[in-house]
Amino acid sequence: MNRLSLLRWCTLASALWCAAPALAFEDSIAQRVQACTGCHGKQGRAASDGYYPRIAGKPAGYLYNQLINFRDGRRQYPLMTQFVDPLSDAYLQEIAGYFAGLDVPYPAPQPATVMPAVLARGEALVSHGDSARRIPACVQCHGQALTGVAPAIPGLLGLPRDYLVAQLGAWKTGNRRATSPDCMAEIARALSPDDVSAVSQWLGAQAIPAQTKAVAQLPAPLPKPCGGVAMEARR
Amino acid sequence: MKRTFAIVLLVLLTLAAAMAALNFRDEESIDASLAPSPTTPEQIARGAYLAKAGNCMGCHTTRGGVPYAGGRGIETPFGTVYTSNLTPEPVTGIGRWAPAHFWRALHNGRSRDGHLLYPAFPYTNYTLLKREDSDAIYAYLRSLPPVVQANRAHGLRFPFNTQPALAVWRALYFTPGTSVNDAKQSPEWNRGAYLVQGLGHCNACHGSRNALGATSGALDLGGGLIPMQNWYAPSLSDPHEAGVAGWETQQIVDLLKNGVTRGASVLGPMAEVVSGSTQHLSDTDLRAMATYLKAVAPTQGERAQPALPPSETASSRGAKLYELHCVSCHGDKGEGVPGAYPALAGNRAVTMKSPANLVRIVLEGGFAPSTAGNPRPYGMPPFAMVLNNDDTTALLSFVRAAWGNQGSPVSVLEVDKYRGTAK
Repeated sequence: MNRLSLLRWCTLASALWCAAPALAFEDSIAQRVQACTGCHGKQGRAASDGYYPRIAGKPAGYLYNQLINFRDGRRQYPLMTQFVDPLSDAYLQEIAGYFAGLDVPYPAPQPATVMPAVLARGEALVSHGDSARRIPACVQCHGQALTGVAPAIPGLLGLPRDYLVAQLGAWKTGNRRATSPDCMAEIARALSPDDVSAVSQWLGAQAIPAQTKAVAQLPAPLPKPCGGVAMEARR
Repeated sequence: MKRTFAIVLLVLLTLAAAMAALNFRDEESIDASLAPSPTTPEQIARGAYLAKAGNCMGCHTTRGGVPYAGGRGIETPFGTVYTSNLTPEPVTGIGRWAPAHFWRALHNGRSRDGHLLYPAFPYTNYTLLKREDSDAIYAYLRSLPPVVQANRAHGLRFPFNTQPALAVWRALYFTPGTSVNDAKQSPEWNRGAYLVQGLGHCNACHGSRNALGATSGALDLGGGLIPMQNWYAPSLSDPHEAGVAGWETQQIVDLLKNGVTRGASVLGPMAEVVSGSTQHLSDTDLRAMATYLKAVAPTQGERAQPALPPSETASSRGAKLYELHCVSCHGDKGEGVPGAYPALAGNRAVTMKSPANLVRIVLEGGFAPSTAGNPRPYGMPPFAMVLNNDDTTALLSFVRAAWGNQGSPVSVLEVDKYRGTAK
């Protein structure tokens, strides 16, 4: 082997090494759930420019409720359903706990693509709701900083806009449901399509606060009873 | 003219009589009394166990619904058949059924009110059950909390939605049976045959079906594409598919009990079977099933054509995709990691003739089932969003021919066909 071919060989070898960094095998929950990170991003940190939501750092009870909702037909996404179908409650709980415990950097927010008046409408709904139409403010349940409330209410920041629109739309049509009483379904049904767009645009464009963890409790009781929260409290 | 008419009429009447005779043969008169003998807790427990062996709940429960209250749609090439409420509710369930009615449903495929049942309910297998086992399952179902849930009308197309069409089907393809008892075989083999051919209804997936949906009989385990689901249930007799003649008994027991064993794991519909049924069976019964399956006469299915060496470009494209997406888990020699990531070299699920499962696993990913022996399974990520049809074709053709594998190349058409069936 002359020096040139050795050089070529090394270049090729390093290129391959870069293409597929061979992970040393370890028996860890991270390796067991690579099926999840395939779509939800490295360590569940999904970028904001796609569709799949970030799951890292979301409250464990919320994540577990969603896994059960997919299994029991209250949420519809065939890939997710077939993943959770054969898994035990205990393992789903462990998976939810694992992603909830991850504290990884958030993606950059998505610049809004609508007129300032629309954004203002979105902000107003998020911060104050619309009492005339009996729509509570997002912050009343999801926390003043919108980072969620442990253990069952998710944060709303750092999520792709398309994902937010799709979820609110699915709640309106009944395609996404939660355990009864389904508070989000009632709220989403009160929102017009323009409201959905305005809220999603504003949420998707927000900078991520320094403190991203779900808060321990809300200053006031929930404005509506929520089945998912009650279910988690019973666990 | 009159004579011709008379002859035609006579032929029709004879056919109708033959059809009726074929449909009602081997039926006992119904004793409609509800509880002929007192049920015991042991009988109920035995019934619960047998209901697991038959995976009754798997079909008789909707997603997120009350167990055994029915309503799940079973899609068939003829339309959708909805399963019935098996809880002991008097109006919508089986509350007014006598043990004899239940036996007639299992053994003869007729409901309490006398109508013929669709064979999506596998009475073509359950007809092999013993009466005492039917009575035990009945006792168990009677012990469940009654649930008011009306049965849903089937969504079948004409003529399949008519009882005469079903009567013709039954005359052609259904014969009431009796449980196997082959004196030349061991009691263990006989028990295995009883479970595999009867309650287990393994051939419902692992056998072939004709154009009218009839299976080729409980003895045929030669493999088949599961209708509407487009998963291929591999042959249990072909050593190049999932034949287990060469396996140790314990390996088979482990696969059915834990969902994984050395060199194999279950995914897709078989994960559902392990999850809902076989993981709950006793080691004695699993060993019996293994004994029977090991003794299935080996057949040599149509072998995949030994691979023509794939064209240089195709194979280098496949190799590159493998390096990019697969090598970090499955290894650069397709060796995998024992207990975590399956080896692809020498793996029959990779090389067998039908690429259906391989396409689906790569595109949809999935988990083996959580079981006592494997409570926290590893998962395969889905690549449907990453690999287009051409990429998938190149990658799978590479994997099927690499490291000494002798599988045939996959075509873009096959990839496209199976990509579309994810549910």
